[in-house]
Amino acid sequence: MERAGIPTALLCNLVSIAERVGAPRIVRTRGIPYPTGDPSLDVDAEKRWRRELVDCALEALQTEVQEPTVFEAGQARVAAAAGADHA
Amino acid sequence: MARIVHYINQFFAGVGGEDQAGAGPVLLEGPAGPGRRLAELVAPEHEIVATVWCGDDVAADKVDEIVGLVRSVDPDLVVAGPAFTSGRYGLACARVVAAAHSVGVASVASMHEDNPGLDEAGAAAVVASGEVARRMAPSLERLAAGIQRLLAGETLTAEDGRIGAAARLTVVTDDNAATRAVDLALARLGGDSAATEIPLPRFDRVTPAAPVADASTVMLALVSEGGLVVADNPDGLESARATKWLRYPLEDRDALAAGDYMSVHGGFSTAWANEDPHRILPLDAARELEAEGAIGELLGEYFVTTGNGTSVANARRFGVEWAADLRRSGARAAILTAT
Repeated sequence: MERAGIPTALLCNLVSIAERVGAPRIVRTRGIPYPTGDPSLDVDAEKRWRRELVDCALEALQTEVQEPTVFEAGQARVAAAAGADHA
Repeated sequence: MARIVHYINQFFAGVGGEDQAGAGPVLLEGPAGPGRRLAELVAPEHEIVATVWCGDDVAADKVDEIVGLVRSVDPDLVVAGPAFTSGRYGLACARVVAAAHSVGVASVASMHEDNPGLDEAGAAAVVASGEVARRMAPSLERLAAGIQRLLAGETLTAEDGRIGAAARLTVVTDDNAATRAVDLALARLGGDSAATEIPLPRFDRVTPAAPVADASTVMLALVSEGGLVVADNPDGLESARATKWLRYPLEDRDALAAGDYMSVHGGFSTAWANEDPHRILPLDAARELEAEGAIGELLGEYFVTTGNGTSVANARRFGVEWAADLRRSGARAAILTAT
């Protein structure tokens, strides 16, 4: 899809494999069976985490990359929120 | 007699299926599961003194713990698998033998050439297994032969079924490098574009697409290889080795209700996905982005296949078809969820 000109954010847990096969825009998730969730959280916290993932995906889609690049959800926002507790 | 420790997953240990994929690692005395047959094949010269098993969902991240258990019984050799084409299991096997090798313990894993874990074995040997567990018997025979050779102090080669990155060995050839280079150049000029002394990795390099300048003006698509289909899978998406992909409408939907959708992916427990389909396809969050104007619009359908032992050729075809389809619909960017 990237080769065909569609920037694509790959949300996955097996980041090392995604990098090796050359996926350009990778967003790290928390578990193989739930790429856009985290069942260890309560419903609201899980929704927040999912939102952080898609926000991160949007950031990846708007970022120029030359090679497989891993984007970490939540981190920039957590840092900006100075001590905000992100489960 | 050499002491061998065998690494396997929870399934082959007979502990359980996906319900136990988060368990372990656990050290057992003697052989277990396929290790029983392997023990017969390497006896009487060698003995499987212990087995370590770990659940597929956690093993790849618990390699240090696993190798700690392995070393606690002071083995002469570590063997892992066969993992066939199972991705999580193969990754764990590869990391275990790589870690054992790096601390000086002889090690060998068994998996199929297409296993995505193969390249993680580092300098440790990997021998080819069959594609699926039905090929257990011949896979174990080849693995046992490899074990015998390694324990005899020999190096495994392609003739032993060794796969993966070849260990570089020093050998003496009849012709010097200059002569061989000219020979290769002549072969290339003669039309043999494959002639090489150093095979390149099989994965091609993808040139990244240009980013979208401003997401708030573009149509975004949601696509997935997580096997998420409408309830009862009326279109028969495969749980493994998918040969097709499907599209389902999202128009007029703000959320995916449990019970209306299900994952048919055969590579992990789908319990979490079925409990809340947004764990595979983030429609709720994407609708928020749309409502807030962070994206221009969400495409009115999603594409899905099953990424589980899917051939590279089919996966490449799906990607090409998806990209073409998205272009036709006006979507300019995509979120692809992968399990």
